[in-house]
Amino acid sequence: MRRGDWLASPVLWVGTFFAALLIGMPALRPLFVLAFPEARPPVYDRDSFVALFLSHAGLVAAASLVSMVVGVALAVFVTRPAGRDFRALVNTLATVGQTFPPAAVLALAVPAVGFGPRPTVIALFLYGLLPIFENAVAGLEGVPAEIREAAEGMGLSAWQRLRDIELPLAAPVILAGIRVSVTIGIGTATIGSTVGALTLGTPIFDGLAVNKLPFILQGAVLIALFAILTDMLFARLEHRLRRRVR
Amino acid sequence: MIEIEHVTKRYGNRVIVDDLSLTVQAGAFCVLLGLSGCGKSTTLRMINRLVPIDAGRIRVAGQDTAGLPVEALRRRIGYAIQSTGLFPHWTVEDNIATVPRLLKWPPQRVRARVGELLELLRLEPASYRGKYPDQLSGGEQQRVGVARALAADPELLLMDEPFAAVDPITRAALQEEIRNIHRATGKTIIFVTHDIEEALRLATVIAIMHRGRIVQLGTPLDIVERPADDFVIELLGQQAIGLKLLSVRKIADRMRAGEVADGEALRFDAPLRDALAAMALRGADRLPVGDSDGRIVGAITLADLIR
Repeated sequence: MRRGDWLASPVLWVGTFFAALLIGMPALRPLFVLAFPEARPPVYDRDSFVALFLSHAGLVAAASLVSMVVGVALAVFVTRPAGRDFRALVNTLATVGQTFPPAAVLALAVPAVGFGPRPTVIALFLYGLLPIFENAVAGLEGVPAEIREAAEGMGLSAWQRLRDIELPLAAPVILAGIRVSVTIGIGTATIGSTVGALTLGTPIFDGLAVNKLPFILQGAVLIALFAILTDMLFARLEHRLRRRVR
Repeated sequence: MIEIEHVTKRYGNRVIVDDLSLTVQAGAFCVLLGLSGCGKSTTLRMINRLVPIDAGRIRVAGQDTAGLPVEALRRRIGYAIQSTGLFPHWTVEDNIATVPRLLKWPPQRVRARVGELLELLRLEPASYRGKYPDQLSGGEQQRVGVARALAADPELLLMDEPFAAVDPITRAALQEEIRNIHRATGKTIIFVTHDIEEALRLATVIAIMHRGRIVQLGTPLDIVERPADDFVIELLGQQAIGLKLLSVRKIADRMRAGEVADGEALRFDAPLRDALAAMALRGADRLPVGDSDGRIVGAITLADLIR
């Protein structure tokens, strides 16, 4: 990509805006004082927004990483001859994980693992598993039969076929699933603040508890930008992968 | 030498290949010819064990294939299919290098071999090495598919309707090339097709299959001159059998050596059909025949064609 294209890309601008807001939110204090004269303090100040973001991103990354490994591994398993019979079962389990509301998962997980980041990671993991699993199955099954046959006929072992042929060809579809999963996870991680995880949702729930609109606004805008930026980055990655895989 | 002994394949109650035996001599170009569903592809795929055998035995160079590690067996056997099965995320070079790399050839040797094969299949190495399959025409993809099958210099080449999906002109060129490759390398080739013309043009031996069995085995000339049964006659195209005869017999068999005629000479190793076509086109009933260097060696007349 030429330098000019990169400068013209919205990713750069959204990214810069997001970083500026994260770091410079306290500097907007006069603006919030003007808009919400009765709010004291006008800008959330119990933690820095950078710290909230890092914690939020860490939770999502940890949960998504586990969803990715488990989702892809399960998809590989159910698309092998030995695992084909388990396909319906695994699909049902993953669907249950998705339909179970994350708030309910949090409520059930807290007694088991306590307050803090752990119940949030569990809820995010379960919630994010299905899109990755489903896309990975679709991607692996989408590898044309003649390509598998050629690979097998030339003497690639089962492992070589998976590593060198099937996974690379399925990669764009798998990545699309990861993109959905991570983007949803960024929004959903917000509720982790209700069980003691530090996220960009923390100002929102604090604001709700004490009826402070500016806190809610600050948290919501940052979460939205975070999700949009992540989605854009994934779109770019997906585009590059598709170009390579054709 | 490939020995297929009493091999049977069933899917449920359906018998696809029925107690089939066939010996293909080393260096032969054996065409399995038949209609769709006759078991010809299944037979081919049992040789490299893509399809497991229910009963019987297949030996390659004297070794029972069932006793060999399956991947090692397949790396010894070239395999080319109709849809090419080229890996779309790999370059032409990587595709052709698949089996040599599996066999852990040193990189310089792989690179040299890829260049050699691209030249053999008339693809300019410098411009084709780095291309991706979707940048190639159908005929070029098929050439790369053949090059990939030949890459590790396999003793046996299995080809499953490799030219069925390309246009007639490209197909004729590819047929000519595979024939030249067969002549030059002396490899054993087993080639599946439903195209009788293709079979007559390429084969040194044809096995006609019907309902999982071989109904006739012989040279192209044997089959056209003495079709074994009504099915073979029908496959050859009933009335058109006479024309097929002209396709498989050579001018050299009928020409009058030492005689002369006017006009441009026909080659002595061309089929009689070419002589008939040239006579019809030129309005002549007598034409000269030359050898491969263009020296006149005799003449052929219209009457000689139907003698």
